[in-house]
Amino acid sequence: MPRGSDVFLQNISKIVVFIILAFALYLFFTGHGSPGGGFIAGLMSAGALLLLALAYDIETVRKVIPIDFKIVTAVGLLIALCGGTGSLLFGEPFLKHAFGYFQLPLLGETELHTALIFDLGVYLAVVGVTMTILLTIGEDN
Amino acid sequence: MNNWVVAPLLIPLFTAVLLIFLHNKLKLQRWISLLSSLLNVAVAIFLMVQVRTTGIQTLNMSGWAPPYGIVLVADMFAVLLVLAASIVTACCLWYSFRGIDEERERHYFYSLVHFMIAGVNGSFLTGDLFNLFVCFELMLMSSYALIVLGGTKRQFRETLHYILINVLSSTLFVASVAYLYGATGTLNLAHLSMRIAESGQTGPITVVSALLLVVFSVKAGLFLFFWLPGSYGAPPAAISALFGALLTKVGMYALIRTFTLIFYHEVQVTHMLIGTMAVATIILGGFGAVSQTNVNRILGYNVIASIGFISLALAVSNEDALKGAVFYLVHDMIVKALLFLLAGILVAETGTERINRMGGVLSHSPLLGWMFLIASLAVVGIPPLSGFPGKLLIIQGSLENGQYIVAAAGVLLTLMLLYSLIKIFILGFWGKARRPREAHWKQSRKLLLASAPLMMLIILLGVFAEPVMPYMQRAADILTDPSIYIQAVFKE
Repeated sequence: MPRGSDVFLQNISKIVVFIILAFALYLFFTGHGSPGGGFIAGLMSAGALLLLALAYDIETVRKVIPIDFKIVTAVGLLIALCGGTGSLLFGEPFLKHAFGYFQLPLLGETELHTALIFDLGVYLAVVGVTMTILLTIGEDN
Repeated sequence: MNNWVVAPLLIPLFTAVLLIFLHNKLKLQRWISLLSSLLNVAVAIFLMVQVRTTGIQTLNMSGWAPPYGIVLVADMFAVLLVLAASIVTACCLWYSFRGIDEERERHYFYSLVHFMIAGVNGSFLTGDLFNLFVCFELMLMSSYALIVLGGTKRQFRETLHYILINVLSSTLFVASVAYLYGATGTLNLAHLSMRIAESGQTGPITVVSALLLVVFSVKAGLFLFFWLPGSYGAPPAAISALFGALLTKVGMYALIRTFTLIFYHEVQVTHMLIGTMAVATIILGGFGAVSQTNVNRILGYNVIASIGFISLALAVSNEDALKGAVFYLVHDMIVKALLFLLAGILVAETGTERINRMGGVLSHSPLLGWMFLIASLAVVGIPPLSGFPGKLLIIQGSLENGQYIVAAAGVLLTLMLLYSLIKIFILGFWGKARRPREAHWKQSRKLLLASAPLMMLIILLGVFAEPVMPYMQRAADILTDPSIYIQAVFKE
């Protein structure tokens, strides 16, 4: 689709993208105890970016987010791996996790969980892979 | 609990991820790959010593006790295969410094290999059926990418076959895992074995076991091998070598593991079926090898025929045969990798894959010729080489059980493979050189050097079969007596 061809889609997407991203963030954090998590949040974020790519074009998306998504995947994998391996340093089995309650400013008492690190890795890997696939397919006509 | 058990998975995974960042720095990629694979060899040896001195090592991931969590189990059988796989990988990586073009190297070749190795090692070490599926997928995904990497016309065609057949069998795999979970309520291998031993291997469970047999047979190339010779011949030699040495053997490992640990009650049905498929595989694979004129296809059929031979041991399933199967599996991984690597050099030297267009290579690359001959003799099982002890034990085991057809098939296989490989030797190496390519020789020498460790290993493994045998015995003990495995998993 040539750029600037659909005013409605473009203007609505500008707002909706942020709603989707916010919902993805919510899904990411709620995923520990209830449905959600890094995988689905990653897919949803990629969905938001895809909407941008549809409303404008792939070049715009590349300009807005000038990062190589293959590297995002790699960073995600690395974080996930480190999240699993960290427990080895404490003499615990692989993938063992820990949690604690902390007083944080603004949020009050918050439960922090090392599983979240792993989930963050999953999130980045999913966003990276999905975007790489979509952009690659979008490129060749 | 022993965290070292997960190391053979973690090292390749970390390396693979690290190499994605470095995909433009070829030199650095090469050396990191090689170092990581050597580290894996060291870890595998360390694990093997641990298993030898203190028995089966297990790791309850995340601290969940089996059968609730996923457990990794390093018994002697798994560790031996991990060790063999690591050695083969190290040599293939070294070989690919010269044997793989820079374009492929830049497109994540080394990363993909390490992801595949993580899947291979994971499949060997896991003690959970679903986890086995995940590791299979990790291995297959990477192999899809490796087989198409480079994007020649032939690769695209073969990749299509390869992906279709594997996706189909993976679907069947998940379905049969689900059936099994529905029937028994567990997927932990040791727990499955206990539950099925208690409740008896009823009809439905035998049906599920037959489904799994189909799945693993597709992966291993047992009888359902029509996709194999083409797909394995398409990518460059270093990749074919990894495929031929590792991927089918993982399927074979899964077959042996499940049919000795879990489904060993209805031998007259399942093992009879395996035996029939094995004999058919030997005959078809053997004829395939004899009838082909393309080097890579001949080797592909050789892989198939050997899988048939190892399956014979599973069909017989007595102590001698299984001990032979472990030995032969280790030998076969090494020797098949070596053959594919040498064939790669041969093809590079002559510029063709057809043996009737080759000739006279012996005159300018004598070392290549003799190495190829020794490797061929090892495949066939000539005594001082590593093919002999395994073959002897398997045939001996089948004679003990009075299964003379099985033994006869084993001997027949030897003759056909000998013929097919010697045909390559005679047509490729003897005679007048068709096209002198001395310029290639410098490169070939480096490639030969990378194949040399495998060569040494098949000689050493054959000559020092006696000191190696206790390890094989340990592995066979676990295969013949599932309770050892079960106790090790549930000891904590």
